[in-house]
Amino acid sequence: MTGDPVRRVRVVLPYHLRNLARVGSEIEVEIGGPVTVRTVVDAIEARYPMLLGTIRDHDTKKRRPFLRFFACEEDLSHESIDAALPDAVAEGKEPLLIVGAIAGG
Amino acid sequence: MSKVRVLVGTHKGAFILESDGKRDKWNVSGPHFAGWEIYHMKGSPVDPDRIYASQTSGWFGQILQSSTDGGKTWFQPGVPNGEAAMPVFPNKAPNRFVYDTSAESGKPLTTHQWYDGTQRPWEFKRVWHIEPSLTDAKTVYAGVEDAAVFRSTDGGESWQELSALRGHGTGPKWQPGAGGMCLHTIILDPTNSDRIYIAISAAGAFRTDDGGKTWKPINKGLESQYIPDPDAEIGHCVHHIASHPSRPNTLFMQKHWHVMRSDNAGDQWTKVSGNLPTDFGFVIDVHAHEPETIYVVPIKSDSLHFPIDGALQVWRSRTGGNEWEALTKGLPQKDCYVNVLRDAMAVDRLDDCGIYFGTTGGQVYCSPDGGDSWKAIVHDLPSVLSVEVQTLQ
Repeated sequence: MTGDPVRRVRVVLPYHLRNLARVGSEIEVEIGGPVTVRTVVDAIEARYPMLLGTIRDHDTKKRRPFLRFFACEEDLSHESIDAALPDAVAEGKEPLLIVGAIAGG
Repeated sequence: MSKVRVLVGTHKGAFILESDGKRDKWNVSGPHFAGWEIYHMKGSPVDPDRIYASQTSGWFGQILQSSTDGGKTWFQPGVPNGEAAMPVFPNKAPNRFVYDTSAESGKPLTTHQWYDGTQRPWEFKRVWHIEPSLTDAKTVYAGVEDAAVFRSTDGGESWQELSALRGHGTGPKWQPGAGGMCLHTIILDPTNSDRIYIAISAAGAFRTDDGGKTWKPINKGLESQYIPDPDAEIGHCVHHIASHPSRPNTLFMQKHWHVMRSDNAGDQWTKVSGNLPTDFGFVIDVHAHEPETIYVVPIKSDSLHFPIDGALQVWRSRTGGNEWEALTKGLPQKDCYVNVLRDAMAVDRLDDCGIYFGTTGGQVYCSPDGGDSWKAIVHDLPSVLSVEVQTLQ
């Protein structure tokens, strides 16, 4: 019996979070189950614990209000965090974009 | 030879300014944490190379940084730098500030007053002020918005609220000042480890005499025309409090309006604005060796957050208030419209006490002669939020 395949999901972080994590513009995280916002952010925080609390609240897991999730030219910010991300993201063809909202120019 | 290290928090990063005891030539490093708001940095009196920094962002929230080499390198306490070799699932985080709602805390409060008078739940926003312990390098206090005080005993790896402050009953009357409902002042009594003073804008000043188990408001003598009852126990917009270590029962306060002093640990306050041209302002500090010599930077008004007539002046009292003199040598006396924020003044402990302050225009001024003359160490930093000074051997 085999479990879900391990997916390598690409994620683009905003500038300041790249600096905190000391990574380049794009990272890859491995997801063993469903590829959702929740599982991707879980994987990011497990690999880069210095980002805990910067994308979502420590306890409520609610997205920080000035951050947005985009992928495949769609705004996924208000989708359920347990909704499946687009196949292109799950297959590593497109990145999940974590973007700081533009406020104040 | 002694030297000084000035820790400058700005709207766009941290800067460290270092000089020998002459305080004439300066080395500037930074920006550290470029692009982030650095509300405050402060070093441990026990281990001066251990520095804590509050790094915040409206987008990404709170980060707590620490250095153990005097600010050359930084880390988030308890968090490995860089990518973890294996996924990790820490059960604590240096930026996790959770308000205490446990039954053990007695009667945790859930709301405070909002600008419009309605009640709002407490919500953590950022750390305004960091106060390292006087006796233990890994114990440190944090004053946060929405107002509360937290303590860490593991070098900032985890934080616990001293929740009795919010639990004593007046919380629903606390309200935010223009900058938010911040706990911005923490003073540790060097002669009594159980005594801590804190101040909140806009609630007032509080004191604990039992290490944080209970707190009492210490606002008698304060008058504020912007609250319904001007001499109410709660609601005063205290901007900053300073104290000299040799006289821990004497406190000096810059309130929204009025400069005040107390000689009985805050039980009673007396106005000492005297001949100040305006007694609105944010900063106040005490000379390192003369406990009755104090400094303020008068600001025109709460509607006009800049100096009178565009002339930046520090005012000094050598009598603990009431009698003040303007200090202008080296400071711009025309066309200057900067502000000096509440945590942006500090003093060093060299024989000739140095006075420092930073402005919203990005200047950090130093007076190596107790305020008689001033010179800008730097002219063009981002807007300065805080200034602390370490005197090093």
